[in-house]
Amino acid sequence: METPRYYVPAKSHWPIFGAVAVFLTIYSMASIIHQSSQGQVGFFPVALAIVAGLLMLYMLFGWFGEVVNEGLRGLNSDQLKRSFRISMGWFIFSEVMFFAGFFGALFYARTLAVPWLGGEGAKGVSNILWEGFLPHWPLLKTPDMQQFPGAMSTIDAWKLPFVNTVILIISSLTLTLAHHCLRAKDKSGTLMWLVVTLILGVAFMCVQIYEYSHAINDLNLTMSSGIYGSTFFLLTGFHGAHVTLGGIMIFVMYWRVKNDHFTPDDHFGFEAAAWYWHFVDVVWLLLFTFVYVI
Amino acid sequence: MSEHSSDHHGPEKGLLRWVYTTNHKDIGTMYLLFALVALLVGGTMAFVIRAELFQPGLQLVDPNFFNQMTTMHGLIMVFGAIMPAFVGLANWLVPMMVGAPDMALPRINNWSFWLLPFAFGMLFCTLFMDGGAPNFGWTFYAPLSTDYAPPSVTFFIFSVHMMGISSIMGAVNVIVTIFNMRAPGMTFMKMPLFVWTWLITAFLLIAVMPVLAGVVTMMLMDIHFGTSFFNAAGGGDPVMFQHVFWFFGHPEVYIMILPAFGVVSHIISTFSRKPLFGYTSMVWATASIAVLSFIVWAHHMFTVGMPLVGELFFMYSTMLIAVPTGVKVFNWVTTMFKGSMTFETPMLFAIAFVVLFTIGGLSGLMLAIAPADFQYHDTYFVVAHFHYVLVPGALFSILAAVYYWLPKWCGRMYNESLGKWHFWMSFIGVNITFFPMHFVGLAGMPRRIPDYALQFAEFNAIVSVGAFIFGLSQLIFIYNLWKTVVKKEGEAATDKVWDKPEGLEWDIPSPAPYHTFQEPPVVK
Repeated sequence: METPRYYVPAKSHWPIFGAVAVFLTIYSMASIIHQSSQGQVGFFPVALAIVAGLLMLYMLFGWFGEVVNEGLRGLNSDQLKRSFRISMGWFIFSEVMFFAGFFGALFYARTLAVPWLGGEGAKGVSNILWEGFLPHWPLLKTPDMQQFPGAMSTIDAWKLPFVNTVILIISSLTLTLAHHCLRAKDKSGTLMWLVVTLILGVAFMCVQIYEYSHAINDLNLTMSSGIYGSTFFLLTGFHGAHVTLGGIMIFVMYWRVKNDHFTPDDHFGFEAAAWYWHFVDVVWLLLFTFVYVI
Repeated sequence: MSEHSSDHHGPEKGLLRWVYTTNHKDIGTMYLLFALVALLVGGTMAFVIRAELFQPGLQLVDPNFFNQMTTMHGLIMVFGAIMPAFVGLANWLVPMMVGAPDMALPRINNWSFWLLPFAFGMLFCTLFMDGGAPNFGWTFYAPLSTDYAPPSVTFFIFSVHMMGISSIMGAVNVIVTIFNMRAPGMTFMKMPLFVWTWLITAFLLIAVMPVLAGVVTMMLMDIHFGTSFFNAAGGGDPVMFQHVFWFFGHPEVYIMILPAFGVVSHIISTFSRKPLFGYTSMVWATASIAVLSFIVWAHHMFTVGMPLVGELFFMYSTMLIAVPTGVKVFNWVTTMFKGSMTFETPMLFAIAFVVLFTIGGLSGLMLAIAPADFQYHDTYFVVAHFHYVLVPGALFSILAAVYYWLPKWCGRMYNESLGKWHFWMSFIGVNITFFPMHFVGLAGMPRRIPDYALQFAEFNAIVSVGAFIFGLSQLIFIYNLWKTVVKKEGEAATDKVWDKPEGLEWDIPSPAPYHTFQEPPVVK
């Protein structure tokens, strides 16, 4: 273990840039949503959203670029590298808890709230709200079909969702193969497996988009079709967003491998992206089980 | 821009120092100042509440504005005052206590701070929007916060998201600093208790802030995107909101008290001139409280209608928390036992903490009894309970910490007699404010209502007077800070500051140098 002297950081303008960019992004999004619920979305929030998005991109490129450059110049001590690894682990844990909240909502609605509405168990008295409501899951006939018209049916788990499951599992394997190639100093192999992983990720997203349009247009399964549609779109939607983010990470890793940023023993960026991709994969397996199959 | 070679750089000149800084002391100072401003803003809102409640009948503000005040007071005090103050203390103290040069991720650290002024700026501006600020209570129960919310709720949701990002990044930073930046020889069981309590707090933050983000996201979707998470007409359940919220909310209250336990342990040990009694049991008690905090959430919801097994489970699990908490109180008292005690301002606040926090803990035990809670629920008894743990609990510990470590931070002693005035005025004020709330609560006065039945009039008048005494006596604190830090009037502090305090932070000069440790200190 080295570090005879401590690493002392220099000042940086990226954090304040980041705070402003995040604020403007969030504020413009809030304004757009707020105004659209009031009727008309004005020009200002949309323009602000575009400016904020560009600022975000500039900040992300600048900040990550600086960190990458510091790594390339060999400025990072072993201690700092360990800090990066630990913090990525805890960041992923926070993401796990984010999804855990949504899964908790799904289980609660499914095993408690819906049966109670149908008159079962300790809180069966809630059945007087909508007399004759029959609990079932997936919930297709909602208590108030006027306000929340239920879906005609749900998506068959063993068709496209199963294909998607296979796609994601294979993509985790191909990413691991890329990692092995990286450790074996096989650059072309690394790049090839990264491309395969990326293609599988894009394929997954295409299938998801196709399935969304099928659900909305053919099955009337929307966010407004009661609690099943709500949990379905919440979980798959946030999962899709995370796949997209993971895909961007893998794309960046492709670019970094191509530019020889990594050595067989020192490639934290690659590992972080891989951890993230595997995490997204595990979330999908839970999703597939609890949203589609059961 | 980023030359790591510039090891010896001191602080920048001018205002930009605070904007670009990556220094844990600068960032800690900003957090503490931010918390102080939030405390004053939230306190002003409490003044509005207490002025309205001074007499029965509607006196000063309309009920909707009153509701906005209770909501914003709660949100600003929880997320803007107490939490940032503890993060500020962590920033200042954790690196010094574990022998690190700085926090592990200094740039993320600055980013975490600078998100806060924007988040709270946005939240504060909702006061001036159409329909006013959030008025559904700081717990923002659906459907009050969804179907019946003012339009500004969208901005409230996004400001909570920003606070969440800030807290999670801040907590990751603390954990990494503690795991990876300890000086050689600083084993886990040698870590100062403030570091231990913050490690566990940071774990709680990372575990539950994402759940808060999740629940406000579900609100947003219910409001704007047609989902029915919290609407029974679509098969959802408003009670589900409460479950998800309190799964965040209960660990959250320990997030606000665990670092206080650490602070008080240091101070009581120093001014009793004895090592802390039962260090190991303190660590395990803190960890047990954290673990238990995940399985007690529904004690906030006894009256909402839960199956009997639920009521019983959450009642007993909640009562279990009294055991590790009792261990802690026992250890503090035993540390003082036969110690050669002196009563400087930090010690006064710390002793008041032990006594008054215990009162809050005992009223919590009463509230944990499910059948009794049916009487207490949503009354001023609950208000009395959580203010006893948060004001003479969390806030007193923060004040104690500031008095205790201020000489180390700025190199000057604060004015002791002003400190004592501040303590006694606060101590008297806080008890006049919150003790009578127990009585009106037990008699059935509901919380969050701008008017009340006539029989509560005397006690409410007393409470309001106490609130103004307590609030205004904080001006003594600010004056004392100003005299010490800005006017530099106090005498110069020695390196040890107090009589043989324990910890690495007392081995370095007062004021602590801009970069505390250039090389790892030796821990014996």
